[in-house]
Amino acid sequence: MVIAFVLLLLLVIIYTVFAVYIERKVSAFAQDRLGPMEVGKFGILQTVADLLKLIQKEDIIPKTADKFLFLVAPVIIFTAVFSGFAVIPLTSGIIGSIASVGVFYLLAIISLDVLGILMAGWGSNNKYTIYGAMRAVSQIVSYEVPLGISVLCAVVICQTLNLQEISFQQGIWIQQYQTETINYSNELNYLFGIKKLGIEVTDIGGFLTWNVVRMPLLFFVFIIFFISSLAEANRTPFDLPEAESELIGGFHTEYTGFRWSMVMLAEYAMMLLVSFVAAILFFGGWNTPFPNIGSLRLAEWTSGLPGTVMGNIWGIFWILLKVFALILVQMWIRWTYPRLRVDQLMSLCWKYLTPISLVLLFICAIWRLLMI
Amino acid sequence: MENILISEFSYILLFIVGAIVFIAGGLITAWIIRPSRPNDEKKTSYECGEDPVGNAWGQFNIRFYIVALIFILFDVEIIFLFPWATVFGQQTLVETTSGVWGWFAITEMSIFIFILTLGLVYAWKKGYLDWVKPLPKTEDFNSKVPYSLYEKVNQKYTVPSSKPE
Repeated sequence: MVIAFVLLLLLVIIYTVFAVYIERKVSAFAQDRLGPMEVGKFGILQTVADLLKLIQKEDIIPKTADKFLFLVAPVIIFTAVFSGFAVIPLTSGIIGSIASVGVFYLLAIISLDVLGILMAGWGSNNKYTIYGAMRAVSQIVSYEVPLGISVLCAVVICQTLNLQEISFQQGIWIQQYQTETINYSNELNYLFGIKKLGIEVTDIGGFLTWNVVRMPLLFFVFIIFFISSLAEANRTPFDLPEAESELIGGFHTEYTGFRWSMVMLAEYAMMLLVSFVAAILFFGGWNTPFPNIGSLRLAEWTSGLPGTVMGNIWGIFWILLKVFALILVQMWIRWTYPRLRVDQLMSLCWKYLTPISLVLLFICAIWRLLMI
Repeated sequence: MENILISEFSYILLFIVGAIVFIAGGLITAWIIRPSRPNDEKKTSYECGEDPVGNAWGQFNIRFYIVALIFILFDVEIIFLFPWATVFGQQTLVETTSGVWGWFAITEMSIFIFILTLGLVYAWKKGYLDWVKPLPKTEDFNSKVPYSLYEKVNQKYTVPSSKPE
């Protein structure tokens, strides 16, 4: 849908402008400062001013750089991250593409990000950028393994790769989902997903049908997903690729002006994207958290029928609330934890997260068979 | 069905092309309004103000290569797992085989994962997963003057009122 493209592009841009501002305010709060205060009331227009400045900056290309790689890299980085949004369902009615490969496509396309980073680092022909790029690439590919497996855990429970279908499964509108080949009108949800318990929650909905409740261990899977997504987005405590105190700016040291802001935009878009995926896979996507209790139809009052205007408004409201909460946690972590060492980074990924996620995948698979 | 699939992928293409157009728009705007006054100093590589020595395109730590190799192993595993994950628990398939389908699929995949995990264990045992770790420096200097003598000197010259306020 074209409207989803427009909405998501606007969302990414507006969100980035304010996320940079919020991030600076959160860091200021964490360090007992005021943060930006000059431009606009409480400095709220600070990032807008920064953007205006950035777009007027000279575009400097180092003379030793590989010009082609250097110029193309930011385009690839941003495009790779933004294309991931194509399969994100904003509401029950608004989604870019309902291609059935869904989350698989998403994982594939955001890996191209690595290519852009490597091109940027190598193309700059600067020692810092190469160090930064190498660290970034090794970190991102390593953490893609636990990330992929934790996504798989949710896919195993839902039996589909389509993020819209996954969202429908987690709410009171489950029976409304219909495509040419799939008919959900007889689908039922049970508490903890298990039929044998005999507690049907199809009509109750709310948080009781979220994936974290359908399979309680998915909460631990979510933690693994969250840690790996921090590493994927190069956020602290995994920000070795752009460790300011050692590597100046990491792989984007040589970039100036608008090209630099592209890299920055991609980084914030990545935070948004992984939070979207986490919200959809584990916390019900655009579904309301309130359950129907008897005649108290909380779930129905706080979510409209799929396809209606109210359904879209409530959907956007709930999913953005969940996503922004997750982003706030990411910021909170950034200003709380110190940076990891390279060896700690690698051993955390390969010796802890990967084996644990494999075990969890096995348990999830068995749980799925109990759900039938 | 096929047409739906193609039109859905065209929306994905829309996102890719749209992102490139958006960046191109920004770059053109920036190109129109930004100054361009390059000089030699500006165009040198940034190295904290020093003149850069040599070329950055040199040799690199082999460990990055090993990490990439292990990653490829696991990425292939994950690619195989995705199609498996969407079919092994399909209700109709499980019900028509009275439950055998699901357990059989899980067993098969467990064997596959087990073999790959052996690879991880091998790499772990071989120490390929260990990055270079900074070793703590320990003093191996043995003084012939006993420690208590130092203590005595310290106590003698400690001013009693030198506590921080």
